Amino acid sequence: MPFALLKYGLSREHPDDPHFRWKPDLKKTYDVVIIGAGGHGLAAAYHLAKDHGITNIAVLEKGWLAGGNTARNTTIVRANYLTPEGVAFYKESVELFRTLSNELDINVMYSERGHFTLAHTDAAMRTARWRAEVNKHLGVNSEVIDSAEVKRICPTMNVTDEARYPILGALYHPPGAIARHDAVAWGYAKEAMKRGVEVHTQTEVKKILIENGRAIGVETNRGIIHAGKVMQAVAGSSSHVARMAGLKLPIKTIPLQACVSEPVKPILDQIVVSGSLHVYISQSARGEMVMGGATDPYGLYSSRSTLDFKESLMGHMLELFPFMGELRILRQWAGMADMTPDFSPVMGLTPLENYYIDAGWGTWGFKATPVCGKRMAECVATGRQPDLIKPFALSRFSTFDLVGEKGAASVGH
Amino acid sequence: MSGHSNRIEKPGFGLLIDHTKPLSFTFDGKLFNGFNGDTIASALYGSQQVLLSRSFKYHRPRGALTMNGLDANTLVQVADEPNVRADLHPVAAGIAVKSINHLGSLQRDAFSVMDYFSRFLPVGFYYKTFFRPAGIWKYFERPIRIMAGLGTLDPRADHKYYDKAYLFTDVLVVGGGSAGLEAAIAAAETGAETLLIDENSQLGGSLLYGRVSDSREAADTLRTRLVAKARGLEKLTILTSTVVSGLFSDGWAAAIGGNRLYKIRARQTIVAAGSFDQPLVFRNNDRPGILFATAAQRLMRLYGVRPGNRAVIATSNTFGYEAALDLLDAGTEVAAVIDLGTTSGPTVDAVRSRGVRIVTGSTLVDAKGYLRVESVGVAAITGQGKTAAATDWITCDCVLISVGCSPALNLASHAGAKVIFDDAIQMHRAVSPPEGIALAGAAAGVWSPARVAAHAKATGSAAARLAAGEPGSEPPDADDPTAAAITHPYPIFKSGKGKEFIDFDEDLTIKDIINSVKDGYDDIQLVKRYSTAGLGPSQGRHANLNTIRIVGAVTGKPLAAIGTTTFRPPLVPEKFAHMAGRAFEPVRLTSMHHRHQELGAQFMTAGLWLRPAYYGSKDDAARTIDDEVRAVRTAAGLIDVSTLGGLDIRGPDAAAFIDRMYTWAYEKQPVGRARYTLMTDMSGVVIDDGVACRFAPNHYYVTATTSAVDQVYRAMTWSNVQWKMDVDVANVTAAYSAMNLAGPKARAIVQTLTTDIDFSKDAFPYMGVRTGTLAGIPVRVLRVGFVGEAGYEIHCPAGYGEALWDILMTAGKPHGLKPFGVEAQRILRLEKGHIIVGQDTDGLTNPIEAGMDWALAKKKPFYIGKRSIELQAAKGITRKLVGFAVTDSASPVPKDCHLIIRDGEIVGRVTSVVKSATLGKVIGLAYLPPTMTDAGQRFEIRVDGGAMVPAEVVPTPFYDPQNARQDI
Repeated sequence: MPFALLKYGLSREHPDDPHFRWKPDLKKTYDVVIIGAGGHGLAAAYHLAKDHGITNIAVLEKGWLAGGNTARNTTIVRANYLTPEGVAFYKESVELFRTLSNELDINVMYSERGHFTLAHTDAAMRTARWRAEVNKHLGVNSEVIDSAEVKRICPTMNVTDEARYPILGALYHPPGAIARHDAVAWGYAKEAMKRGVEVHTQTEVKKILIENGRAIGVETNRGIIHAGKVMQAVAGSSSHVARMAGLKLPIKTIPLQACVSEPVKPILDQIVVSGSLHVYISQSARGEMVMGGATDPYGLYSSRSTLDFKESLMGHMLELFPFMGELRILRQWAGMADMTPDFSPVMGLTPLENYYIDAGWGTWGFKATPVCGKRMAECVATGRQPDLIKPFALSRFSTFDLVGEKGAASVGH
Repeated sequence: MSGHSNRIEKPGFGLLIDHTKPLSFTFDGKLFNGFNGDTIASALYGSQQVLLSRSFKYHRPRGALTMNGLDANTLVQVADEPNVRADLHPVAAGIAVKSINHLGSLQRDAFSVMDYFSRFLPVGFYYKTFFRPAGIWKYFERPIRIMAGLGTLDPRADHKYYDKAYLFTDVLVVGGGSAGLEAAIAAAETGAETLLIDENSQLGGSLLYGRVSDSREAADTLRTRLVAKARGLEKLTILTSTVVSGLFSDGWAAAIGGNRLYKIRARQTIVAAGSFDQPLVFRNNDRPGILFATAAQRLMRLYGVRPGNRAVIATSNTFGYEAALDLLDAGTEVAAVIDLGTTSGPTVDAVRSRGVRIVTGSTLVDAKGYLRVESVGVAAITGQGKTAAATDWITCDCVLISVGCSPALNLASHAGAKVIFDDAIQMHRAVSPPEGIALAGAAAGVWSPARVAAHAKATGSAAARLAAGEPGSEPPDADDPTAAAITHPYPIFKSGKGKEFIDFDEDLTIKDIINSVKDGYDDIQLVKRYSTAGLGPSQGRHANLNTIRIVGAVTGKPLAAIGTTTFRPPLVPEKFAHMAGRAFEPVRLTSMHHRHQELGAQFMTAGLWLRPAYYGSKDDAARTIDDEVRAVRTAAGLIDVSTLGGLDIRGPDAAAFIDRMYTWAYEKQPVGRARYTLMTDMSGVVIDDGVACRFAPNHYYVTATTSAVDQVYRAMTWSNVQWKMDVDVANVTAAYSAMNLAGPKARAIVQTLTTDIDFSKDAFPYMGVRTGTLAGIPVRVLRVGFVGEAGYEIHCPAGYGEALWDILMTAGKPHGLKPFGVEAQRILRLEKGHIIVGQDTDGLTNPIEAGMDWALAKKKPFYIGKRSIELQAAKGITRKLVGFAVTDSASPVPKDCHLIIRDGEIVGRVTSVVKSATLGKVIGLAYLPPTMTDAGQRFEIRVDGGAMVPAEVVPTPFYDPQNARQDI
């Protein structure tokens, strides 16, 4: 029993300070207004306060704290991307995740499980090798392994030739991890609020106020707020909010569904992803299988669930793990994925002065929470695009400087 | 056999069981008896085995709560099936049932020590510790994972049979209680094809075990009448033992019965799914033997099991009093009815007249007993959630709870209805359900039998009219004043110490919810996520309402303002196998597949297809492939290319349409000629290639790659929806078989066959296309040269594929013809420097980078991707695809996707590489910066293990650079 828990047993009253110091009223002016109190917006607020001494910040949230895609993702963290730009970026995220519990004084349950990207075709094996080569070059631990090695590491997986799409091998990424998504966002909120940042939920931005080509504030359902700088971090609604700032994003928003099973005793340690079969699965600390597939086949602004999703997901899941047939799905849900043409995010400066964007997070947003928060904070504080996120600037779409991550981002959440 | 029997030997009890068919089974290895019709839980309860499981966190003993599969207390393991609801699962002779989640035995669970440590495990405790020093979590995670989880999966378990059925109906009625029956009958009588689905094996819902106007007989009579009427209606189809688990906004209803998933399309759906009982929250309210009044009624009426010998009832409505009458009829002593309010009326009088002690204005505040409740403490209520001290202790072995209900709104909410809290009835209501969804009975907030009937009938006939396309009528009035007397506004009583459970699944107490709010998680969504209230197997159906009440009490907000958490499908957990059904993953085989098998082919997956990789043993693959290559280069080879996509494009605008879809120019292409096609997307990225064959001015036959043809076809039809050109696109991939006969002897072979096509060199030149017959088979012949030899790609109707293959193989035999597979073709095409889209291009490759600028029509005003390609051309490219050869024959052979490194930086990538026996060296294609692409420039490839392999840029084609051989 860790000593930290002793105080709970020995005190009569609940001994903790509240994690969140909610302020009831909005001020008229802030140095920085961040639209969206999800993991990204909160992480940016935290780093602005901690690294740059900017604490007069309001994080505005239309719903509840971290209730958007932060609450809906399937919590996988990895750095085994395809492009050198992507690998370098996510590598820093993995490094930040490793010490995040201590940084934020909350257990985010960061658990390195090992991550398989299964290959069922020659083409997938080639992509796996490409990723492994780029990863190793940049110091990220990834290897192409054959099906026998897959079986050795994950003995419960069906790697026989009888499968409809037999497993030829995999990209294996030992640092691949899962974390408790809510705790990450709560930790950033807690530590940001401790440093004076205000978080206002049920506060919807209706309009971006622009004067002489500069963002000067926002109009909300609770009135007008002036701001020195405005940053948007609203995965799933990026195009909608950007439009208020006069920006047109090359983003298509598509539902992404997921589900969990009833809890069972530990039987799967690794994170298993198959792009060909459109499935991924990991087992949470609670014992639930956390599962998902590809994005829905068409764009839509609705987080409705579908039956088809479960049918196709489970058809393929039982190919990989036939013994899971009698396990039960407990709950399904959907989030909104802002898909960019190159499957890479959009971060940094915009054509609108003092307006900063953090968008295009498709199916890969959670895993970038710490690094994106840190680098967006740097960007907002200095007004300059940090080197690490230069390749991800919004301007790349007009100059064809794309960061092609399709081979590594799809399904591989 | 364990314990003495607890069965009721009286008429009117044990409706579902057959006393003449006893059976036995084991629970944790001990033999138990039951009857045909029993569930596992009812059979165990009938043998005095009330203890069923241990709880998730504190390992407290638990027994049945709902007797209807709605709680997690009854989860057991049956063979390799985890988390089986013992109160739903029919017992069968000889099954081995095991309890779960304990160390040692169910009776003596060593993990129950957790109960004493609970004070050290506050809500969210795992967020507060286990992370200092950094990295320590991994040592705590494993034991925590083992402590969590419930049942066990057996990785050796077999796949069982599950399937799916599709049902279509005018009106779907969910729930076969009185409301559902009335609605279904009305809908069918109004003329609608109606489907009534109920989860139980018998229709009737609460009429099976409950009372109508105090009378068990009245309920039974009503049920018999409604069921008989329903069964007699031709338009009414009934499915029992089937549960509707989801209503989706795209119109599907999912229902699970036995090993089958029903996928249902209904024009109108009526949700008459009843309600969920709500617990009374007091100290030790989870002791085995404490159960809902309806659960006790189910035990008695359905299974003939007495819930105990001496009962206490805690209630705030007449349902509790009705249960008292049932207990008395079953021969159980009712020690007392503890009424949280002052319920009155004939039911109360009836109970009183039978000598039962009634204590009003009081509640239970504590329970004693461990493996089963032994007594309860009673105290007067002094305010919301407040009581005097318990002075009265009543000995009992079962406690029935009836303090309120929560309507089953899950399905309506899945479909899109909004859920609000109605203060007047202290229950949630679904408002503004989407079109096609209506509610009836308790789910609609209608409770009194007369109103239920009238409301449900009106709802049923309205749905039938709407389904027939007739105008709807005003929704019937769902206002029922009696509903207000059912649900107690605050049945939550905190004791000084001990545990009062809010969420049985997750072992959450009043304190946990209060402390969640104290920790700052004051929004109901945050409370749920932080405390995990409602996240367990019963999805919060017994926890949500009380959680909302506590949050309301702590924050001072009205319940309506607190909102509720979202209902997520499924309503009840669904097996993976139910969703998967019989896996339908078709394998596409070409017409010649069996010939390939006879020839010993090794197959590889290509999309849905199987294609021969090579013909011969796996052990001798390299030599076999080289032999196949040699046959093509020196004599002739035959490869099955049926999987290639084929698109027939016809119409006056055919040429103009192809001009828009592909980068090159086709308007002036002569009839009888083929031309290379290159397709790009709007951002100018290469997505496919092939050839366009013009067979007539208005008819092109366009090929596409195996993996991309469906995407190409979609792109074409999608584009033409906007362009509205006079053209018709047909995907004829499956209609044609195709084989490529290639090699210096190819012409000689076809010329041995009867044909109306002139195969002579001048009459049928390279890139010519012809239609005609070959050995009596109608064919389309394309003289194209992917492998770099003279050759004919012969397409014929798929039904002739095998025959034509046989004819060519026979005709070729004297000429040394060999079949060859995809592996040999890869070598052959690479020797010619031909790219494979998707291998030598990636998700961003434009035609200029791929060295395909020659296939870009400069003068055309438009093709998809043109603008992007021109912008990129103006900007200049950063990489180019070039041929290379490894310069040191002793060095290891690089693999596809090995990187080219210069000065420690990645500068390029190998896309294809082979060891060419023909050329005697290792050749390949690679992306390099434009400054490194001149012939003879040297670079290094980093291979497995980190060795650097020297290579140099070589112009393509590597083989036959003058392209003379394909022209002979």
